[in-house]
Amino acid sequence: MARLIVYFAHPGHNYSHVNQSMANVAKNVDGITFIDLYADYPRFDINVDAEQERLLKHDVVLLQFPLFWYSTPSILKEWQDIVLEHGFAYGSGGERLAGKTMMLAVTAAGPEDAYARGGFQNYPLREFLRPLEQTARLCGMRFTTPYALYSALKAPLVGEVAPHADGYRRLLEAIRDDRYDWVAAERNDVLDYNTLTIKEEG
Amino acid sequence: MDGFLLLAFLFLVAGVVAVPIASRLGLGSVLGYLIAGIVISPILGWLHVDVVSIQHFAEFGVVMMLFLVGLELEPRMLWNMRNKLLGLGGLQVSVTAALVMAVAMALGQSWTIALAIGLVFSLSSTAIVLQTLNEKGMMKSDGGQSSFSVLLFQDIAVIPMLAFVPLLALPELQELAAAAHGAADEGHASLSLVDRLAGWQRALLTVAAIAFVVVGGSVLTRPLFRFVAGARLRELFTATALLLVIAIALLMVVVGLSPALGTFLAGVVLANSEYRHELESNIDPFKGLLLGVFFITVGAAIQFDLLFSNLAEIIGLTIGLIALKVAVLYGLSRIFKIGGADRWLFSLGLAQAGEFGFVLLSFTVASSVIPPALAERLMLVVALSMLLTPALFIFYEKWIAHRFVSAQDQEPDEIDETGKVIIAGHGRFGGIVNRILLAAGIPTVVLDYRSEQLDVLRAFGVKVFFGDAMRPDLLHAAGIGEARMLVIAIDDKDSATELVHYVHQNYPDVYIVARALDRHHVYELYSAGCRDIIRDTFDSSVRAGRSALEALGVHPYDAERQVRGFVLNDQDQMLSLASSYDPGIPAHENEEYVRRTREYLDRYADVMRGNSAAFATRLDRGWVPPTLDDVEAETTKDTK
Repeated sequence: MARLIVYFAHPGHNYSHVNQSMANVAKNVDGITFIDLYADYPRFDINVDAEQERLLKHDVVLLQFPLFWYSTPSILKEWQDIVLEHGFAYGSGGERLAGKTMMLAVTAAGPEDAYARGGFQNYPLREFLRPLEQTARLCGMRFTTPYALYSALKAPLVGEVAPHADGYRRLLEAIRDDRYDWVAAERNDVLDYNTLTIKEEG
Repeated sequence: MDGFLLLAFLFLVAGVVAVPIASRLGLGSVLGYLIAGIVISPILGWLHVDVVSIQHFAEFGVVMMLFLVGLELEPRMLWNMRNKLLGLGGLQVSVTAALVMAVAMALGQSWTIALAIGLVFSLSSTAIVLQTLNEKGMMKSDGGQSSFSVLLFQDIAVIPMLAFVPLLALPELQELAAAAHGAADEGHASLSLVDRLAGWQRALLTVAAIAFVVVGGSVLTRPLFRFVAGARLRELFTATALLLVIAIALLMVVVGLSPALGTFLAGVVLANSEYRHELESNIDPFKGLLLGVFFITVGAAIQFDLLFSNLAEIIGLTIGLIALKVAVLYGLSRIFKIGGADRWLFSLGLAQAGEFGFVLLSFTVASSVIPPALAERLMLVVALSMLLTPALFIFYEKWIAHRFVSAQDQEPDEIDETGKVIIAGHGRFGGIVNRILLAAGIPTVVLDYRSEQLDVLRAFGVKVFFGDAMRPDLLHAAGIGEARMLVIAIDDKDSATELVHYVHQNYPDVYIVARALDRHHVYELYSAGCRDIIRDTFDSSVRAGRSALEALGVHPYDAERQVRGFVLNDQDQMLSLASSYDPGIPAHENEEYVRRTREYLDRYADVMRGNSAAFATRLDRGWVPPTLDDVEAETTKDTK
């Protein structure tokens, strides 16, 4: 049993379809920890000690957020800035997170082909996630392939919300039950609900 | 009675007319009083007024002044400036006194007289210099601070000097005095307990008296003031303060000590008391008036026939004295590395003899140290040197200061101005403000007039001064003139408004944070000039509203944004109404005010009925996602 913690960050969750559905799914998965950062810290006064305590008690840290300006929503940046402290997460004596795994579950408004060289966004999605990837590496954590949904705004119109949320549930359960194939996952740049590398039960 | 009224009338008219004129001419109040005295001296002579006995009475002003000097001297502050105080001040007094003594002996005086003259001339004029530095805003400069240290040392040095001078008494002068004032001395002796005692008894009594002042000052005054404060009568406090000073002075006279020393000690003991500012503001007017009378009598006692018959000698002595003092001060400023224009400010500013010189001179005459005829000439020298001080300051400003402007730009002045904050009212509101400021390391002066409150706070180690912040004199004593900020946290609406008005008018540089008790009070404070108004229950109500939303199941971050939006809207609205409010017109007759209020109510009704986005609109904008059209655009562009 891997100990999994999901950090959810979406400030405009009233507008959200995909992330809200994903959060509702995650909340109901037994045996994992689910944190709504905007609910716990509506005034951004993140409790550093408590959050570090939480990180130490888990093996897999999953950050779930919509891509805002090619980055995380602001509270997640605040969380990185103050929780991933020098002497705790990196630097001299900062090896407390080493050996753990960081995974991202992101949604992007643009279509998949916009995230390419010469496309509208001009870079693949993974390029925009490099800061988090390097953050994980600096902390000695494994950074694994993100679970992503493109064209997230269109998703409700084309029936993509439910399969993506269900894939999310299967992902979380597989990680929890040690049925997730981390090595196979590395073969892709991003994963969707069809390409998740979940081992069959038993 | 008639004579008393006439005399009081004369002194007051002279002072009231001469001092404002002198101040306007930049001469300072001390010179104003001196000139007033000079002007009325023929009338006093014609009325056969005994100027000298009035002067003795008015010397009590000096006793009060030393009490106030003591009150200003917190032991900690003394300790912080010990180097400048002892080094600069000590050297200035001793070197000047020694040089003056040498000159006096060279001019043929005996060593005792020469030493007394040296001591008299080593002092400078605290009253003139401090007032001038404050008026010209030079107090915080290096030169101003050094001058203050020297003046403070001199003020303290006066006390041992007063004790030391009688030891220089000349036997032949003593006999003369005894013969002339035999009757008066008998009257004096009846007051003094110590004359008939043996030496050890006298010493014991002296120690006991000083111990009584120190111990009584720290232990007995608190219950006494609390008892008096219970009556809630302002004049009773004034009476108590006066009683305190007079009682100590009397005690000192009885045991044969200097009253100035006793009250100074009492002042230092009370410097840490929460009643300090109250005492200061009560005693200060008496000190001012008595010193004024003292200076008038000094002016009146200037003998012009003497001046004119020895014009060359006295002017020569005065200029010699000033040159000598400038030379000593200049030398010291080099040793203590006071640079540029500050060096000249320091050297020229302190070059005069001072008001304590008068006190010391009349004391030397009374103690038979200096013959009266010589003392009269020296008086003239002191007075003339003081009269020349404004000229020296003008010389400094016109010829020296601007030459150093560029030099000063290169070496910035030492910045020691932290700027304190005065907090009026230490209840549930002011108390929290005080704790926050203190925790941030910002010095505060807290005023509260409830003595019960003070007792509670002292038990928890919070320092609060007793006093009603509504009194201008008390605010002044608390340092409103140098304060950076005033926080008004008092319960009474009208008082708070009045206080804003007064401080805004008289101290426009002081930033005011005021507590408002309701919406209407906000408008009053605004029109009185306050621009930082905090409604005392507003923030807690907003938080209660937010808690209610959260408990009803609203997402905490949505609840936070809702109330933030509410606060921003409400503040905009408040500002708009406050700027149209006019305290002279009843609200319902103020057309602009009524119009804006109705606009707001209409808008509010729209929101309530759901016709408009809720209060959070302004904050919500950041979270609106792009539309599907944008996403289409990305796709189409991509295909091009």
